Parts: sequence; C-alpha cells; structure tokens
Amino acid sequence: MSKEIVDLIVTGIFQTLLMTVISTVIAYIIGLPYGILLKITTPGDILGNRVVHGILGFIANVFRSIPFLILLVFLIPFTRMITGTSIGTTASIVPLTVGAIPIVARMVEASLNEISPGIVEAATSMGASPFEIVIHFMIPECLPSLLSGAAINIATILGYSAMAGCIGGGGLGAIALNYGYYRYQQDVLWVTVLILIIIVEIFQEGGTLLTKKTRKA
Amino acid sequence: MADEKVLYSLKNVTKIFKSGKSIVKAVDDVSLSIYEGEIFGIIGMSGAGKSTLVRTLNRLEEINDGEIWFDGKNLSGLSTKELRQTRKEIAMIFQHFNLLTQKTVLANVVLPLKLAGVPKKIREAKGMEMLEVVGLAEKAKAYPAQLSGGQKQRVAIARALAMSPKVLLCDEATSALDPKITEEILNLLKKINKELKLTVIIITHEMAVIEKVCDRVGIIDAGKLAELGDVKDIFAKPESKAAKRLILPAITGDNPFDRTDKRCFRIVFDGFSSKEPVISNLVKETGEMVNILSANTRSVGGVGYGQMIVELPKEEARQKVILDYFKSINMEIMEVFETEESE
Repeated sequence: MSKEIVDLIVTGIFQTLLMTVISTVIAYIIGLPYGILLKITTPGDILGNRVVHGILGFIANVFRSIPFLILLVFLIPFTRMITGTSIGTTASIVPLTVGAIPIVARMVEASLNEISPGIVEAATSMGASPFEIVIHFMIPECLPSLLSGAAINIATILGYSAMAGCIGGGGLGAIALNYGYYRYQQDVLWVTVLILIIIVEIFQEGGTLLTKKTRKA
Repeated sequence: MADEKVLYSLKNVTKIFKSGKSIVKAVDDVSLSIYEGEIFGIIGMSGAGKSTLVRTLNRLEEINDGEIWFDGKNLSGLSTKELRQTRKEIAMIFQHFNLLTQKTVLANVVLPLKLAGVPKKIREAKGMEMLEVVGLAEKAKAYPAQLSGGQKQRVAIARALAMSPKVLLCDEATSALDPKITEEILNLLKKINKELKLTVIIITHEMAVIEKVCDRVGIIDAGKLAELGDVKDIFAKPESKAAKRLILPAITGDNPFDRTDKRCFRIVFDGFSSKEPVISNLVKETGEMVNILSANTRSVGGVGYGQMIVELPKEEARQKVILDYFKSINMEIMEVFETEESE
C-alpha cells in the first residue's frame, strides 16, 4: 500500500471514530429520555398512559423498520438543512443520529424494564415523585445494564457509519467501498475491515469491562 | 386503649378489583382504628386481602369506597403533593426488602433523606445512627448482595426509620425469613416500638408472628374483618371461623382428629393456670381421664399460654363431669369439631 493510502486510512479511522462517538452521544441525549418515557408511560407504570406510550412506540418502530441505507437517502434534504451539505463526515452524523435514536430508546426501555417493581413501590412509598424515582432509583439500579446496552449500541452505530460511505459519507466505510470495491484493491478492503473489527472489539470489551466493574449484584 | 390517640381510622373501606367480568372485593367494608404506639397485627390466609388492605394505608392502592383517616387527614382527599409529603410519615418494609442492589447499605438508608433534600453530611450521620439502631453499622459500606436476608431486612428497617415516621407498615416482612431470623426481626420491631414510641402495623399469615409481638389483631377473611381485639383474648377465645382456623392449625387438612369418633376439646391455660398441673388435678378430683392429642405452650404478648387438645371418653355423663371441672376452674374450652360445623 502506498503512503497515500495509509494516510487516507489513518484519516478514515479518525473520521469513523468522530462520526460514531458524536452520533452516539447525541443519540443518547435524545434516546435516553425517550427510552425513559417509553418505560414510565407503559400502562400500569408510574406515569402509565396508553396513548402517549402508543405514539412513542409507534414512532420508534417506524424509524427502526426503515433500512438504514434507505433512511440515509430519505434524510438527505433534512441533512442539507442542518449541516448545509449532504456529503462528508459532518453530514453523516445527522442520519446516523436519527437512525440511532430509536435503537437507543428501545435499549434503554429494555434495561429499565429489568428493575424489580418492588423497588419502584418502595420509592413510591417513600413519597418520591416520578422524576425522583427515575433519577434516584431506576437509573442507578439499571446502570450496569444501561452500560452494556451502550456498548452494543456503539458497535451498531459504527456499522451504520460504514454504510454512510455509500452516499458520500467519510470514514473507513467510504474507503473500503471506493478503493476496495470500485477499484478492486483487495488489500485496502481487508485492512479497513480488520480495523473496523478491532474498533468494535475495543468498544465492546471496554463496555463489558465497565459493566462488570459497576455491577454490584 | 380508649384514652389513647387514634392514628389510623378506617371507615367502611372497600377495594374492588375487576378482571374482565368478574369483580373481586379484596377489601370489603372494613372499619377499624389503630392507636398511637401500639403494635397492630393484620392476619389472614393468602388471598384474604390483607396485603391490599395495608397498601391502602399509604395509598399505594386507591380505595373504591369508605374513608381512611391518618393523623387527622383524610388520605383520599390529599393532592398528589400532599400525598407525597404524607407518605414520608408512613414508612413501609416489604417481604423482599426492595433495596437498591447497586448502592451501598448506607446509600440505601439515606435515600429518603436525600429525597427530602437533607445535606450530605447530616444525612450520612443520621444514616449511621439508624444503622446503629438495627445493629449493622459495620456493614455501612457493603452492598445488599453481600448480606443475609435478615440483614437486608434490618437495612430496610433502618431506611424506613431514617425519616422519623409516625408509623411503620410491615408487609409480610418476615415471610421470606427462617424462624430464628424472624424472631430477631420481631424483637427488633418490638424494641423500636418501645424505644421510639413508633406505631407498627404488621401484616402476616403466621399466627406465631402476631402472638409474639402484637398488642391487638384484626383477622381478615375474604376481604372482611372477621374479628378484632386483643391478641390474648382472641388466642384464648377465638369466635370467628377464620380465627379458629388460624389458631388451631391442626384443624386444617390431614389431621389425626379426623379419625377419632370421640369428642375433642381445645383447652387453653392462661399465665396462671399454666403453672398448675391441670390434668393431674382433673384425675385427682374427678377420677376421670382424658387422652391428650396435642399440647404446646407459647408466649402471647409476653405471657405464657398453653393449649392442649384432649379427647373425652364416649359416655356423656363422664364428658359432663370433665367439662364441668374445666369450667369450674375457669379454663377456656372449645369443641374442636364444632368449629368446622358451626357457621
């Protein structure tokens, strides 16, 4: 591989990490409260409301059922509105975030569902408000599960970031497509795939380790 | 108890559960008063509605009819905010402890104080003080998973006491514990009741728990209050079918008395006569004998009680002599088989 390609790959790694991390962070800023709302509006839960729960669940399902590649194309006008362009690393962050929000929300909901109803009952009997129940009981009690969910989500978003390469996004995915696929440079394809595997491995193992460290029971 | 202050006053409380077309009255027209400083027991078989009843006392369960007055306030009339404030005065402990598994013992105990906005230093000092009360100060930094069941319930008690509540509701708090640990927890509840003058309400399906610590008891059967009174009185002379069933465990299911065609009686010795050799005296004074089918002694509210189930001879004249003798020494007697047939 030429020095040019090596430089390209190094830049690609940074672009991929940038896209993945920023999209994950924004997706959590929106998806975490979204998931909490999904959980607590479940009929019978602390703010049980069939209508709100139904609407939130429906929206999450719609976005989750659109294949990411289609979502990328579909969101081009929206992306252009926000970032001013529809190609490059920054532009990829928009569809990545939109695609990740419902995934994060459902993962958060699933984690919070693990909480024993007894703990919520104890919190209620102490006179805690729904907000206090979420902050002081649900989140601390489900923290290990939330962390392990985050490790899975970040790997998923990394996978999506590679797809963004198809429509002019940056990062390793774009390199693998443009050099490995269109130019038949098998070595570039293999190297990028290998690097992607290593990155996923690091995120996943790091997440697992962190989960183990936090979990007390 | 008439001169004491009423803490809880329940008036015709009814709670209905609907599932499809069937309607279940989990609590059916219950009226009772609970006084400040007493240990009040609520007992019933599983499914009798006792857990639903206790959950109405802090409005974890809304009632369909009737009124619940707590410390001069009508619970149903409180706004959400007032209810949350009032709940801080009504502490509760549970069968499965319901501690946060990811937080330390001390962090669990100070949680109610944290919710109340008490500064960190003050709440931790108070938390340690509560852990001293339950004898677990050395476990402050441990996690619940490292504790035994009895220790977990102690932590839950410390957490319940942190807000200096007016009442402690115990929902089957000893049902997940073995008899020895149950005894320890009950002693602790008794100690707290005495030292902190805290009203304690205990829900259980075990008569032994009621006998050990409660002053008064309400017996719940099919949602209704079947019997209410001092534990000693109800133990000595149960009136309702539900009370008899709870006090005479041998009556239910497969028991040896089913196979006898003779009349059987339960006799109860109170604290005085249990020091007397009643059966020997019977033989000496009347010349009649009874067959003892079962006998045990227990402490009811700190007083020694004995109960014995005796089988009488077949001849009616001899039965009369024996029964007259028991009556003459003021022994509580109750026919065992009659229990099942009556009502």
